[in-house]
Amino acid sequence: MTTGPAEAEVVLRLDRITKRFGALTANDAVSLTLRRGEVVALLGENGAGKTTLMNILFGHYVADEGTVEVFGQPLPPGTPRAALAAGVGMVHQHFTLAGNLTVLENITLGTESLWSRSHGGARAKVERLSRDFGLAVHPDAKVGRLSVGERQRVEILKALYRDARILILDEPTAVLTPQESDALFATLRKATALGLSVIFISHKLHEVMAIADRCVVLRHGRVVGEVDTHATDKAALAALMVGGELSLPRAEARAPGPVLMRLEGVSTPDRGAAPGLKAVTLELRAGQITGLAGVSGNGQAALAEIVGGLAVPAAGQLSLHGQEPKVWSPGEALARGVARIPEDRHHQGSIADFDLTENAVLEAYRSRFSRRAWMDWRAARAFAEGIIKDYDVRCPGPSTRIRLLSGGNMQKLILGRAMAPGPDIILANQPVRGLDVGAIAYVQGQLIAARDRGAAVLLISEDLDEIMALSDVIHVMSQGRLSPGFARGTMTAADLGLWMAGQKFGDTDAA
Amino acid sequence: MRLEPIPNPSAARRLGLPALALVATLGVAMALALIAGANPLAVLGQIAKGALGSKLAILETLNRATPLIFTGLAVAVAFRAKLWNIGAEAQLYAGAIVAVLLGTGALGSPLVLPVSALAAMLAGAALLLGPVLLKTRLGVDEVVTTLLLNFIMLLFVSYLLEGPLKDPMGMGWPKSPALIPEARLPRIVDGLRLHWGFALAIIAAVVVWVIQTRTTLGFEIRAVGQNPEAARFAGMPVNTVLVKTALLSGGLAALAGWSEVAGLKGHLSSDLSPGFGYTGIIVAMLALLHPLGVILTAIFVAGIFVGSDAMSRAAGVPTYIADMLLATALLFMVLAILLTRVRVVRG
Ligand SMILES: Nc1ncnc2c1ncn2[C@@H]1O[C@H](COP(=O)(O)OP(=O)(O)OP(=O)(O)O)[C@@H](O)[C@H]1O
Ligand SMILES: [Mg+2]
Repeated sequence: MTTGPAEAEVVLRLDRITKRFGALTANDAVSLTLRRGEVVALLGENGAGKTTLMNILFGHYVADEGTVEVFGQPLPPGTPRAALAAGVGMVHQHFTLAGNLTVLENITLGTESLWSRSHGGARAKVERLSRDFGLAVHPDAKVGRLSVGERQRVEILKALYRDARILILDEPTAVLTPQESDALFATLRKATALGLSVIFISHKLHEVMAIADRCVVLRHGRVVGEVDTHATDKAALAALMVGGELSLPRAEARAPGPVLMRLEGVSTPDRGAAPGLKAVTLELRAGQITGLAGVSGNGQAALAEIVGGLAVPAAGQLSLHGQEPKVWSPGEALARGVARIPEDRHHQGSIADFDLTENAVLEAYRSRFSRRAWMDWRAARAFAEGIIKDYDVRCPGPSTRIRLLSGGNMQKLILGRAMAPGPDIILANQPVRGLDVGAIAYVQGQLIAARDRGAAVLLISEDLDEIMALSDVIHVMSQGRLSPGFARGTMTAADLGLWMAGQKFGDTDAA
Repeated sequence: MRLEPIPNPSAARRLGLPALALVATLGVAMALALIAGANPLAVLGQIAKGALGSKLAILETLNRATPLIFTGLAVAVAFRAKLWNIGAEAQLYAGAIVAVLLGTGALGSPLVLPVSALAAMLAGAALLLGPVLLKTRLGVDEVVTTLLLNFIMLLFVSYLLEGPLKDPMGMGWPKSPALIPEARLPRIVDGLRLHWGFALAIIAAVVVWVIQTRTTLGFEIRAVGQNPEAARFAGMPVNTVLVKTALLSGGLAALAGWSEVAGLKGHLSSDLSPGFGYTGIIVAMLALLHPLGVILTAIFVAGIFVGSDAMSRAAGVPTYIADMLLATALLFMVLAILLTRVRVVRG
C-alpha cells in the first residue's frame, strides 16, 4: 500500500483555499492533493479547520479564495450536487440519515426526483455494493433502530451508491467501538484496492498510522506539515499537531476517601436490544477515579442515567453520603454536587440554536445566574467568557450559536460548565470522544485534578488505554452486569478483555 | 426537484423573502379583484383607505387589532415552547363569560375591573390546564384536545345565552345583559372610540417580551421548545415549564374575550369573536412568534379586515377577499420562511 499511490494520477487538488468566518480564519491558504487509491489523513486540533475544509470541498460552504479541482476539472463552488456528480462522497461528523426511513430509502433518497420514487435496480446495486465492500446492513431495516456502526455503513453505502470515487470520512471512528473501527478499516482497504481515494479525519493517531498513506496536519487553519505515514510515528505527529511536546497526564495512586455515592443491587429494565442493569453494586469514593470499561451498549447508558439523575433504580438503592435521596432527578443530582459530562453532546449536552452563553448557564441559571425570577445575563456572559478562556474554546465569541462550534470545542464548553461548581461527584461519559490530543490531555488533567481535590470520578470509556491510565479502580460491564473492582495495576488489558467478553462473570456467580 | 438545506442563510435571504411574500400577497389580491370584476389598484387603494384613511378608520383598525394582539400573544407564547395551543378561541370565550358574570352587578366599583380581569385570566388558564396535563401525564396530543374544546365552548356559550345568562330585556335575542358602567373599560382619550383594552394589549406584549428575554421562565420556555431532552438533562422541570406556559397562554387568550366584552361590546353574544382565536395563529406566525412583532402583524391583519369591509361597500367586491388575503399572506410567509432555510434544485 505504500507503493503505488505515490505515482498514481491526482484525483483531487485543493489550491490555496481560504475561508473566513467574520474575524476568524478557519482555513488559511490550504493546499492538498489526493491520488488514486490513496488514503490521506487530515489531522489537527479541535477547530483547526478540518471539517470546514471538507465542507468547502463538498460544496456546503463557498471558499473566499482558492479553487478545487476534481479529476482535472474545476469544481463549481457551493453546490453539493456538483461535488456528488464529480464523484465526491462525504460521511459527515454528525450523521444525516432519516431515522424513520429504511436503509434502502435513505440510500436512494435524493437520487430520484420528488415525484417518481420507483426503486428499480436500486436494491440490486445496494446489495452488490454491500457485498463488494463488506458493508453488511439489511436494506429494509429502519435506520432509527440501527446501531451507530450500522448507520455509518449506511452513510458509506449512500456515498458509494452515488458512484463516489473520492470518499471523505469526517471522524468516522469517534463513535465506533474498536471492533467496528476494524471493520471500517477493512472496508477502506477494499475501497482503495478498487481505486477509490479517501480523506480520513481522526484524532486517534494509532488509527491514522494504521490506515493512512500520508498525513496532512492543520493548525489554526494553516497546513503546518505533510508527512508519509511510514516515515513518522505517533509522537512526531502529535508534536506537529499541537506545535510542541505533549505528555499525557498520569494519575498516581492515592489513598481513597469515604464513599460519596453507592449503588446497591441496582437493576433497570432492558430496553430493546440494550440490556438494563443486573443487580449492580458500585461505590464511588472521594479522591478516586473509578473506571468503567466495556464495549458500549452493555448497560453503560443505563448506569449513567442512574448516576446522572435521569432515571431511578427499578430495584435496589442509590445513596449519596450514606443517605437515600427522596427524589432523584437531574436537578436534584446537580444540587447535590453531581456533575455530568453526557455521552451525547448534541442532543443532551447542548441546545443547538442557543448561543454559548445560554448553553453555559443551562444547568446553573437558577442557582447562579438569576436574581429571583430575573436572568443575570451580564454574569452569564462573563461566566461563558471565563470558560472560553480557561478551556481554550475556539470560537468567535460567547454569542456564537453552539451549532457552529467544532465538535471538540463544543465538548470543552460542556466540560467547563460541568466543572465550574466544583462538583463532589463527576460522571464523565466518553469525555474525550472527538477531542484532539492536546484537549484530551487537558480534559484528563482536569479529571485528575478534580480527584486530587477530593472528588469522586466515574469515568466511562471504551478506550481501555484511557481507563487503565487514569483509573484507581476498574470495573468491567458486560450484558448489564458489573465486575468486582480491580485496583490499579492488578489487571492486564488481556485480563480485562476476558471480563469484557463476559467470560469471567460465571465465576463470581458461583462464588 | 429536490430540497437542499442552506447552512447559513444570508441577511438578504432572511429579510428579502418575507418582503417578497408580502408583495406576492398583494399580487394575489389584485388578481382576486380582477376576477371579481373591479379595478385591482382601486381595490387595494380602498382597502388601504378603509383601514388607515381617516382618524375613524385608524381607530376602528386598532380596536379590531386589540383581541388579535392578545390571541396572537397567546399563540406565540405557547408555540415558542412547542405547545400547540389551537384553543385560543375557547379561552377567549372563557374570559368573556367571566367579564359578564362579574360585570353585571356581582361586584361594585372600583374593584370590578381588576378583579374580573384577573378572574378572566384564571378561567382561560384553567381551560388550557386540562389539555396540557393530558399531554404531560398521558401524552395526549394537545392539538386535538384544544381544538375540540373550541367547539365545546361555543356550544356552552350558546347554552348560557339561551339559559342562565340570557338578557330578560333582550327581546328574545341570545345575548347577555349589559355590563354595569363601572365594569366597562373607559376610553383612552375622551371622545375617541378606542378603549383601554388596546393599551393593555400593548403592555401585555411588552411584558411577554420581557418574560421571554429576561426571566428564568422565558429561558426555560425557549429551552424546552428547542430541545426538551437537553432541557431535562440540564435539570429543567420540563413538565412544569409546559404547565406554566399553558397558564400564561390561556390567560392571554382570555384577556381577548374579556376586553371585547368590557371594552367594546358591553355584553356577550355568540358572535363576539369572528374567529379571533384562529386568526391569532396567523398573527403569531406572521410575527415569527416575536411578541413585539405580534403588535404589528395584529394591526396589519386587522387593517385588512377593516379595509376590506370598507372596500366591499364601495367597490362591491365581497369581504371574503380579506380571508383570502390572509390565507395567501400566511401561505407565502410560511413558504418564505421555508425557503430561507432550503433551496429548490432541479434534478
Ligand atoms: N458557520 C460557521 N460560522 C462561524 N464559525 C464557524 C462556522 N463553522 C465553523 N466555524 C469555526 O471555524 C473553526 C474551524 O471549525 P472546524 O469545524 O472546521 O474544526 P475541526 O478542525 O473540524 O475541529 P474538530 O476536530 O473539533 O471537529 C472553529 O473555530 C469553528 O468555531
Ligand atoms: Mg470537525
